[in-house]
Parts: sequence; structure tokens; C-alpha cells
Amino acid sequence: MLFTSYGFIGFLIIVFTIYYLLPGKFQWQFLLLASYVFYFIADPRYLIFIAITSVSTFFAAKHISDKKKSFEDWFKEHKKEYEKEERKSLKAKEHSYEKKVFLACLLFNLGILAVTKYTNFTIANINSILASLGRADTISFVDLIIPMGISFYTFQSMGYLIDVYNGKHEAQENLFKFALFVSFFPQLVQGPISRYGDLSKTLYEEHRFNFRTVSFGLERILWGFFKKLVIADRILVAVQAIIADTDTYSGFYAFAGAMFYALELYADFTGGIDITIGVAETMGIKVTENFIRPYFSKNIKEYWNRWHITMGTWFTDYIFYPISANQFMMKLSKKSRAALGNNLGKRVPVYLSSFIVWFTTGIWHGASWNFIVWGLGNFVVIMISQELEPFYRWFHSKVHVAGTFGWRLFQVVRTVLIMSSLRMFDCYRDVPLTFKMFGSIFTEFSLNQLNGAAFIGMGLTGLDYAVVFIGMLMLVMVSLVQRTGSVREKISTLALPIRFIIWYGLFIFTLVFGAYGIGYSASQFIYNQF
Amino acid sequence: MKKLISIILIFAISIAGLSFATRLLEPKYMSGILEGAMIAEYYEDPTDHNVVFIGDCELYENISPVYLWENFGINSYIRGSAQQLIWQSYYLAEETIKTEKPDMIVFNVLSMKYNEPQNEAYNRMTLDGMKWSKSKIDSINASMTEEENFIEYVFPLLRYHSRWSDLSSEDFKYLYHRDKVSFNGYYMRVDVKAAEDVPEGRPLADYQFGDNAYYYLNKLTELCKENDVELVLVKAPTLYPYWYDEWEQQIVDFAEENDLTYINFLKAQDEIGLDWSKDTYDGGLHLNLAGAEKLSQYFGEILSEDMGVPDRRNEENLQKYWADVINRYEAEIARQEANLEKYGSVHEPE
Amino acid sequence: MEELLTILGDLHPEVDFTTAKDLVTGGILDSFDIVSLISEINEEFDVTIGAAELTPENFASAETIYQLIKAKLDDED
Repeated sequence: MLFTSYGFIGFLIIVFTIYYLLPGKFQWQFLLLASYVFYFIADPRYLIFIAITSVSTFFAAKHISDKKKSFEDWFKEHKKEYEKEERKSLKAKEHSYEKKVFLACLLFNLGILAVTKYTNFTIANINSILASLGRADTISFVDLIIPMGISFYTFQSMGYLIDVYNGKHEAQENLFKFALFVSFFPQLVQGPISRYGDLSKTLYEEHRFNFRTVSFGLERILWGFFKKLVIADRILVAVQAIIADTDTYSGFYAFAGAMFYALELYADFTGGIDITIGVAETMGIKVTENFIRPYFSKNIKEYWNRWHITMGTWFTDYIFYPISANQFMMKLSKKSRAALGNNLGKRVPVYLSSFIVWFTTGIWHGASWNFIVWGLGNFVVIMISQELEPFYRWFHSKVHVAGTFGWRLFQVVRTVLIMSSLRMFDCYRDVPLTFKMFGSIFTEFSLNQLNGAAFIGMGLTGLDYAVVFIGMLMLVMVSLVQRTGSVREKISTLALPIRFIIWYGLFIFTLVFGAYGIGYSASQFIYNQF
Repeated sequence: MKKLISIILIFAISIAGLSFATRLLEPKYMSGILEGAMIAEYYEDPTDHNVVFIGDCELYENISPVYLWENFGINSYIRGSAQQLIWQSYYLAEETIKTEKPDMIVFNVLSMKYNEPQNEAYNRMTLDGMKWSKSKIDSINASMTEEENFIEYVFPLLRYHSRWSDLSSEDFKYLYHRDKVSFNGYYMRVDVKAAEDVPEGRPLADYQFGDNAYYYLNKLTELCKENDVELVLVKAPTLYPYWYDEWEQQIVDFAEENDLTYINFLKAQDEIGLDWSKDTYDGGLHLNLAGAEKLSQYFGEILSEDMGVPDRRNEENLQKYWADVINRYEAEIARQEANLEKYGSVHEPE
Repeated sequence: MEELLTILGDLHPEVDFTTAKDLVTGGILDSFDIVSLISEINEEFDVTIGAAELTPENFASAETIYQLIKAKLDDED
């Protein structure tokens, strides 16, 4: 069910109504039911997958948590009876048991993810290796279903498992409550990847109808629809036209395509997250923010702290830290320092872990080399900017531009350009083509390409571009206002007529200028033989 | 109290705004494609017709109720729309019988060839004009193509919002009213484009009318029987789309089984006196005014002499009503002829 | 504590670590810095800090980092 479908809106209205009619203690149970219905409508077979992940993670975590507690209780009482060495070995024994349970569950669930998502990618790669060896036989692809949102809910569950294993919090005692945490429907389609510690605070509570919360939620949903329908879905037409015809649309058009895509992706993704967070908010549930005006970032590292935040922190906490803080890396660090000197040597483990993280991030986004190269592209850019830091320090000691508006603008534009270039991997069919199109921006750029007719040829009219442009201005304006606090909060302090004009205006604007439904133009009627 | 007033005010303004946006963005069908406006016109006219024609362009371009009135005193109306599918005709008949009770419903059988929903634009032209009723709901459900949603009929803004870029002065002019485009459902054209060598129909894989089409034809027959309305099946005399003998046989059989009158005007072309070099405006697809009046003369005789449709020219209120229609009719003839002379086309240049 | 401040100073010479209280949430230490930091600490104090302990709270200030190291050093259990 797409967020921008009549079905979804109808589903929301029903869920919302029942949710507030029910006595508070049944609310979370109803949400679980609604989430499973949501998933069932998408495809009944998906239910098996999400149920398996929920149940296996629940019991593994609970088992680990129970063992931990009983061991600690026992250990406190019997501590005195043992020598220091014995105590250590007892602890180690306990730890190794927990580790076994933990790893079994982790590998099982990541295994499901890997098999459903990456089997055909692996087969394709094996086939191309076979072909390059001159062999004609190929492995045929398997027809696997990829459950909706599997990357998101698997990561969310595994984050929980790791937290429990690390003793960060105790396991959830109620299987159904845990199942709701995994399947909570607003975030099933595209995240964010919530942490148990965050989401559980408000997910199971009783929520009474509160006008302010509900209206804030609705406002957020409306803003999300505006971004998706008015901006993203409209400019998408031009993006697709540019990507589809690489012979015509090279050079400046490829650049324009990358910029359009930057806008499209931002509006679509953040709009979707706005809808998710807004829907949860109307039901009194707080979902973690996933974006903080990412296109205003000064550098790529900062960008990744502000774009798809929950994914970034997930990779940092559960992949980057465990890899870089383990014994092997510590030893590697010592060795590389000895071999390469202190300065260079200490970077080896950090960069190695970072490489692994970005490789994983790439493949998590999609089973294709495009995404892997995209991930590694990010790694390279971050590494370069890290290495350039002394240079920038030197530069700023000589030239005093830091902090000026011009310099900040330069930084922001630089970030957007770099990220948009990397994202071209997301657009074009394969890696070589992406490089070719990126290259064409520099080799085939010509001022002749700057003509309006060519852009009209991409399937949008001048008026469409005008709407996109106005929409973009609104985005920028809202972002600027947002820097000093919540826009909705600010609007809520205005007089009622003004508030009404703002929200009703946005509603009508979205309704009229949204690119949805059957395209209509009276001139399309060709009166033929009837 | 103040709060209550502001809530009421907010609701009122919200609804008013939405309704304004809907009215503005809805297609008006006041120039160019007039067919979209015809269904809605029915409700504004007196509803005491003896004969109601229901069907596609083979009726609304080929029969002139004005002529039937002037020459036979037949009070009739055409509930026609472009590519009207048989289930749409059925539901229009259902609605008509509920609103008035005509003595006779005339249905043109060409639409039997369609068994499934066809085209969203034509659906809209037939359905949007209907007043809300169970018949309309059922008709929508029977007509929707896969890309359509029921809610888009309830809130036409969801469908027509993208017309913001096509808005013209016409959309503002016809916000709250429409002009009449038809003459009791008749769509007039006075120009001539002769029919030249009309091709034979290409052989079809299957000549059998579909189950769904038959289902609604049966339903229509039953509806009329139950309500004591005489159902007459006709096939217009126009040359194209091609009317296959296999189709003809099925209709003949159906009429016989159900004891219905079926008139195939194609077979009566000579008696009607149709001259394909003069009586069509688009090469034989549809009749022009001259052709329509010839057919009306022929059919009118059958209706009043053989089938006993009464002459009501002595009724005063009808006289008044028809005088108006005739005025508009004459004015439209004059307008089209003037245009034809000036621009070589019945339409004014854009 | 002195050694720790030296290590931190090497990472970010421009920051006064004796007073700064929001190193992670304030965006001074990023994940790269934290990883470099624990490897330096490992070198200097021979203390292993696990991934689970790399939280914003533990790395909020020089003081909290020092507490973390001390707890590790004192860990007699």
C-alpha cells in the first residue's frame, strides 16, 4: 500500500477512529492487529517472514536477558566463595553461552535477509564470472519474494537483540508487544529504523485524544504529502526521462538530472518520513527524526549525521564500533603503528572499519554493484576530506573566510554537488554507464543545452517546472525557519484565521497541484467513431 | 460560543473552498466536446416524455426530437452520450423510469459489441452528469476501468485537479451555470462530408456478443416489462462502425424471443431516402441535420402510426416548452450555417 | 587524567577539553575520533573499551571518559 494511495488514506482513517474509540489498554494490541492487516494487504506471505523474525528475536533476547539476570543474582550471592581467577572464568563461561545464543539468532535473521535480498545478485555475479571464464552454462535465477521493509525491520530487531545482549536494557517480556515494535505499520515501508529504547517509551502507553497532538500529526502528514505529491512525483517525470535516454540527455542534462534527482529523492524520502512520523504522532507515538535539513550540511560527514539519521547511527553503533573496537583491530592498530609510524598507523584500523561499514551500507541499499560503488564512493570522499583536514586548517590560518556567509554557502553547495554526483549511481543502469554520464557533464557540456524546449521535451510543461520551483522555495523557506525551532509550533502561536489560511491553503495547494491520479486534459479526447 | 462560531465558520469556508475548486476545475464541455454536457441537461427539462431514446451517438446525432414534435407531436428526449455502454444505458433507463414513466424506451443496439469497461474519458462524460442515485452508483461500479477509483466520482476534484494548467476563460464563465448544448438530447451538425467507399467490416474472430452485454440487455428488457414500458430496439442507418450480419442475427433472435420490436434502419436506407453524399457530416459515421430529419420523418411515422405514440401538440405547457427549444434549434442552424459560410467550418476559429 | 587530556588535545587542538561537557552531542567528537580515542587509550592505559560502552554519555566530557577508564582499571571482579 503506497502512502499516496486512496487505500492508505482510507486505512488510516479507519485505524485512527478505532484507535481512539478503544479503551487505552487495548490500543497497542489494536495497533499490532492493524500492522499485521497492513502487511497482509501488501502480501499475505510477508506475514510469515516478519513473524519468524519477531518470534526468534523475542525468545533469543528474552533468554539472554533472563540468563544474565539469574547469573548476576547468583553471582552476587556467591561471589565471595571464589578466587579472582575463578570468578573471571565463570563470567567468561556465562558470557560465551550468551554469545552463542546471540550469534545464532543474529545469523539466522541476517541469513533470511541475505537470502531473500541477495541470492539473485550472487547468482548474477557467479554467472558473469562463469561467462568470463568462457563457460556457457549459467545458474538460473530463483523467484524469491522480498518482504516489504525487510531491511528495516530486520535491522530494527537486530539492534534490539544487540542492545539486550550488551545489557543496555532488559528484554521485552511480552511477545505481542515486541511484535508490535517490529511491525509498527507507519515505519514498515521505509523506516526510520527505530531503537527499542526510543520507540517503546510511547508505543505501549495509553493515549487519549489530544487535539494539539493530533493536529500537529495531521499537519506533519499534510506537509509530507505536499513534498511527495507536489514536488517529488512531478519532477520524477523529468528524472526518468533523463535517465531513460542517455544518448540525448548527456552533458548538462546529466547534471540537471542529478540535481533533479537530489530534489526528487529529498522530497520523496523526507516526505515519506514526515507521513510516518505524523501518523505515529496522531496516535501519540513518538518516532525518531530521520532528517535534519541535510542539504545544509557543511561536509559529507555532517551530511551523514543529518540524512537518514537512524540508518547512520545504526551502522555506527552496530557495525562501525564493534568492528573498530574489537581485539583484532586493537592489535592491528599496534602493528600498523609500529610499521607505518604513529601518525599514519593509527588511521589504518579506522579506515578499514569505515570501508567495511560503507560497503555494507551500499549493499544494504540494494543488491547491485551500483550501490556498492555508491557506498565506497562515500567512503572515499569521507577519507579524502579527513585527510584534507590539516590542509583546511592551514588554509584557514592563512585566509580568514571561515564563518563568513560566502564560505558557508560554498561548503553547502559543495556538499550537495558531491552527494548528487554520488547518487548518480542510484539512477543509471550500471556502474560504467554512471561513470560515462558523470564524465559527460564535463566533456559534453555545452551552453546550447540550456534551452527550455529540451526541458519541456522531458514530459513536463513550463507550468510544471514553475510549480516545482515554487514548491522548492517553500521547502527552503520552511528549512530556514526551522533552524530556530519547530515550524508547526511557531504557526500554532498565530491567530486562528492565519493558521487556518496556512493549513487550508497547503491542503488545497497539494490537492490541486499534486501530481496524482489519471492525468487529464480535455484536449486528449479524440472524438472517434462513437 | 465564540469557539462554536469559529468552528462552524472554518467548516463552511473549507467546504465552500473545495466546492469552488471543484466547480472551477471540472470540465465544462461548453465548446468543442459538447457531449460531456448532455447527460446533465435532462434534469432541467420537463419530464413527461412519451418516448425516451437511450444510447450512444447513433441516437443523439441521428434523431431530432424537435422534428418529431413539429411533425408528429411526439414529446421525446434522447438520453445519449458518447460511447455509452450498455450498462450505462441500463442505469440511465432505470433512473428515467424512476423519474418519469415514458411509454417507450428506444435503445440502439450497437453498444452490444462492448462487453467490458472501455475508456475513462467516455465514462466520465456519461457518469459525471448524472444526479446521485443508486442508479448512478451502480453505473459507476459497472463502468470503472482499472485505473479508476470510485472516490474520484464522489470528489471530482481528485480527478480533475490536474486541469489547473488547462484552465480557460470558459471555466470561469461556466462556474455556476451551463448553456444548453443539445435539443432534447440531439447534437446538431449542419455541415456535409460525403461518405465515399465505406469499407466492408474486417472479419472478427468471434461474433458472439459478450455475456456481460447480454446480461444488461436482459436486465433492460425485464426492467421495461416490469414497469410496463415498451422497449424498442433499433440499429441506426449509419454506415460505420460496421454492423455485421452475425450481430444482426443475434439481435433479431433476441427480439423474437423477448417479443420486442427491432428496427434495423440500415435496411431501410432507400425508404428513408438517405443520400450519403449529402446527409452525413463525417463520411457516414453520423448523420447531419438533413439526414437526422429524414430518419426522424421515417421513424416518426412508425412511432405515431404503427405504435400509437400520441400527438400532444394541443397541450399548452408543452407548446410553450417546445417553442423555446425550436427557437434555439433555429438559431443554432443559423449560427452553424453562417460559420460554414464565413470559415468553412461550423466551429468558430479558436 | 593528564595523559587523557594530551590524547584529546592531539585529536582536536582547538577545543578546551577541561571545560567541554557535550563532546558527542555537541558534535566535537565524531565516530572516527571515538575510535581513534579508544585505540589511543588502549595503547596508553592498556584498557579495552568495548563497542557497547561507546555511548554519548560515556564520552560526554574528559571527566566521563576518565571515569570509564578508571572503572576499567579498578575492575577487580
